[in-house]
Amino acid sequence: MSLLEIKDLTVEFPSRRGIFVAVEQVDLTINPGEILGVVGESGAGKSTVGNAVISLLQSPGRVANGTIHLKGERIDDLDEELMKAVRGKRIGMIFQDPLTSLNPLETVGAQLIETIQLHLKFNDKDARARAIDLLTQVGIPDPDTRIDHYPHQFSGGMRQRVVIALALCSDPEVVIADEPTTALDVSVQAQILELLKKLCEERNVGMMLVTHDMGVIAETTDRVAVMYRGKLVELGSTEQVLKNPQHDYTKSLISAVPRPDKRIHRFPLVTYIEDAHDSKDDLDIASHWLGKTRDYEKVEGPLLSVDNLHMRFITKHAFFKRNEQYLDAVKDVSFDIQQGEVFGLVGESGSGKSTVARMITGIYHPTGGAVNFAGANLTQISNQKELNHYRRQMQMVFQDPFSSLNGRMRVEDIVAEPIHFHKQTSSNSEARAIVHDLLEIVGLGAQAARKFPHEFSGGQRQRISIARALATRPRFLVCDEPTSALDVSIQAQILNLLKDLQEELGLTMLFISHDLPVIRQMCDRVGVMRHGQLLEVAQTETLFETPQHDYSKHLLELMPKFEGPALAS
Amino acid sequence: MTINQSAEQPAERGPVADFIHRLRDHDVWYSFWHTPMAIFAAFIALVMVLSAIFAPFLAPQNPFDLAVIDLLDSNLPPSWMEEGDPRFLLGTDDQGRDILSTVLYGSRISLLVGFAAVVLSLIAGVGLGLISGYVGGRTDAIIMRIADIQLSFPSILIALLIDGIVRTIMSKESHESLALYVIIFAIAISGWVQYARTVRSSVMTEKVKEYVQAGQVIGLGSFTIMIRHILPNVLGPVFVIGTIHLALAIIIEATLSFLGVGLPPTTPSLGTLIRVGNEYLFSGEWWITIFPGLTLVVLALAVNLFGDWLRDAMNPKLQ
Repeated sequence: MSLLEIKDLTVEFPSRRGIFVAVEQVDLTINPGEILGVVGESGAGKSTVGNAVISLLQSPGRVANGTIHLKGERIDDLDEELMKAVRGKRIGMIFQDPLTSLNPLETVGAQLIETIQLHLKFNDKDARARAIDLLTQVGIPDPDTRIDHYPHQFSGGMRQRVVIALALCSDPEVVIADEPTTALDVSVQAQILELLKKLCEERNVGMMLVTHDMGVIAETTDRVAVMYRGKLVELGSTEQVLKNPQHDYTKSLISAVPRPDKRIHRFPLVTYIEDAHDSKDDLDIASHWLGKTRDYEKVEGPLLSVDNLHMRFITKHAFFKRNEQYLDAVKDVSFDIQQGEVFGLVGESGSGKSTVARMITGIYHPTGGAVNFAGANLTQISNQKELNHYRRQMQMVFQDPFSSLNGRMRVEDIVAEPIHFHKQTSSNSEARAIVHDLLEIVGLGAQAARKFPHEFSGGQRQRISIARALATRPRFLVCDEPTSALDVSIQAQILNLLKDLQEELGLTMLFISHDLPVIRQMCDRVGVMRHGQLLEVAQTETLFETPQHDYSKHLLELMPKFEGPALAS
Repeated sequence: MTINQSAEQPAERGPVADFIHRLRDHDVWYSFWHTPMAIFAAFIALVMVLSAIFAPFLAPQNPFDLAVIDLLDSNLPPSWMEEGDPRFLLGTDDQGRDILSTVLYGSRISLLVGFAAVVLSLIAGVGLGLISGYVGGRTDAIIMRIADIQLSFPSILIALLIDGIVRTIMSKESHESLALYVIIFAIAISGWVQYARTVRSSVMTEKVKEYVQAGQVIGLGSFTIMIRHILPNVLGPVFVIGTIHLALAIIIEATLSFLGVGLPPTTPSLGTLIRVGNEYLFSGEWWITIFPGLTLVVLALAVNLFGDWLRDAMNPKLQ
């Protein structure tokens, strides 16, 4: 008999615009000691399945149909009181964000002991002993002392370990982990996944691992369920699904995952979820307004060179200088970017890579060092007009498509703003024609112009963002994690678009990412950053084949080894 | 979402039709028509505002026109009572003025003071909050310390203080003619802090968003970024505060007038009417003070309920 059995589950969210079916007729089973991966892109309903199992659907969601059995006992029709006894005790939960799933006002020990006593009726001493035992099991060093610490005294990865310990308090039969490693850096992610695997094996616990990350699926799960728009499209052993996918969606999804092992020219088969069309073939970009009249000074040598760039943020203001506290986000970073080159910066969160980008584009003023662009030292220029001359030549695509567009402006006004500001054209009708062409080039079509940003999906917004960046006819484009907020298939489309534009317009690019496979697909040369320092700069292929610095080796080792099926093309 | 689906949508509309379409599609609009309390409050408020605006046409007599007032009609009870006169529905006051008319004219003045004060403090507060939040540093510290100091006084005291200062500077006659402006100014000054603090904190969350950085990368100046990009994104909560502040401003004005430092009896607001009527309460002429009082309560309540609904409707966390 399977441990958890979900039959014919349908979950609906009624709203003013009709009933939205988030999960439709899903059948799943989990066996003891097994990790079942539920994979899909945003809106696929994968988290909703997990929430339905523990009866924690967000209002106004409801289970419209289907049954859920835990060890043969039906649990979907239990009332809230009885469900409380199941939830936490028999089904443990691990959520995405370890920051918000712990109470910051109580020590982790207090939270563990409270949960243990709630479910197991232990006395104080036994509960504490069990809490320490659990912390040991999840790999927290020195648990006797750490048990009395507060959540903020733990790092992100350690906090997630505490959350896992919390989920294991009452010896649950099933654990539901909803994106347990998404908020963590790669190096921490690998450890947490290892831990989850080990715990499942040792305790014979069944686990449902909800994730969007194919790498996580490949490394951790025994079986995998692929969801698409609320439906279960494929279910099978991980090996079989990844190597020999049956459903078209699964094929498309797998081909969209950037390969860490070799560089390919374009992502194939990304058309299953198409949120835009290819740019019009009859639009010859190079001879178009965008490509023409590129009235830039000729540059000898590198287009951009950064010398000993330094950035110090004041973390604590004080009246006297000596009492101020600093954080050196970027320390003595120097590199060159040649014309027409795509230069990558890779590093974990907090490594200072975004700060470097923001100093180059003038959002931050560096505390030390120089940014030399097209032969001019931008940090020395104080004349706004002269600075704008260079600003026009470099533009930026941001990470978060939901905050990088002003929600109160129409798309055409957003894209036209840089055109008007830099006086690229004096006539309104010409500006509008340019905006329409730009939207066409990024694959949205001119009809997008009259709409507002909230009417678009994340990938489409990122396309608008790219159109805006192109509107000043830049020759240098900074992309700061342009796809890290997007689903893989959308990511593949945006990366394809960026590659095409880079080739056709001869753009020079600084491409920032924490994702090594993406870097491998996009960049000619790469710099590796950690703690504000640039550790190594190398040709992409050289870095991936023979990394020099220990940290680069470490990062490459931790990279999820997802190789997918042999490519047909 | 495929592009084909969205391709059907964009029908060309004129700017007005487009605005109406967006309004009707908005969640706040939807919430309004599905909240009976909001509809009720808005209806009452609207009726009161309209009857105040059209008071000269609606009121049975002009209570400020000495020619139509007859002292012989003074202190008549409402028309349904024994000694009532059918000409005066809600009775008359000590000078023979029709209570209904004075209430209509009085709420006209109360609303005028309220709206004007709200608009003034909104402009001042939003402007200062915007600068404070965007510029930060010393400018922010100075503006916010002034706000803190002001917050440690009750707003009625601030209004009293300003009114007092103006009175000592100006002669009695010129003060009477300027009383309306002085009181609007006093209430506006006492209220800007709320707007400034709210706008400042919204600006601080908005200014680190990437669309602001995108503006900086384009090269836009601080002023353009503040006005064109940040301001439209922080106005939502301002309208909520404005609505609730309107009720508060009307009450502050009434309080000041009740204390005798507000509007003079020659241009009576609701507060002045309550004060004047108060003197007759214990001699049995309750109607002189009760009707303006009731009007004030209903007006403030309706505006407040509407404001409460607006606050909830615009807070996505509560939906």
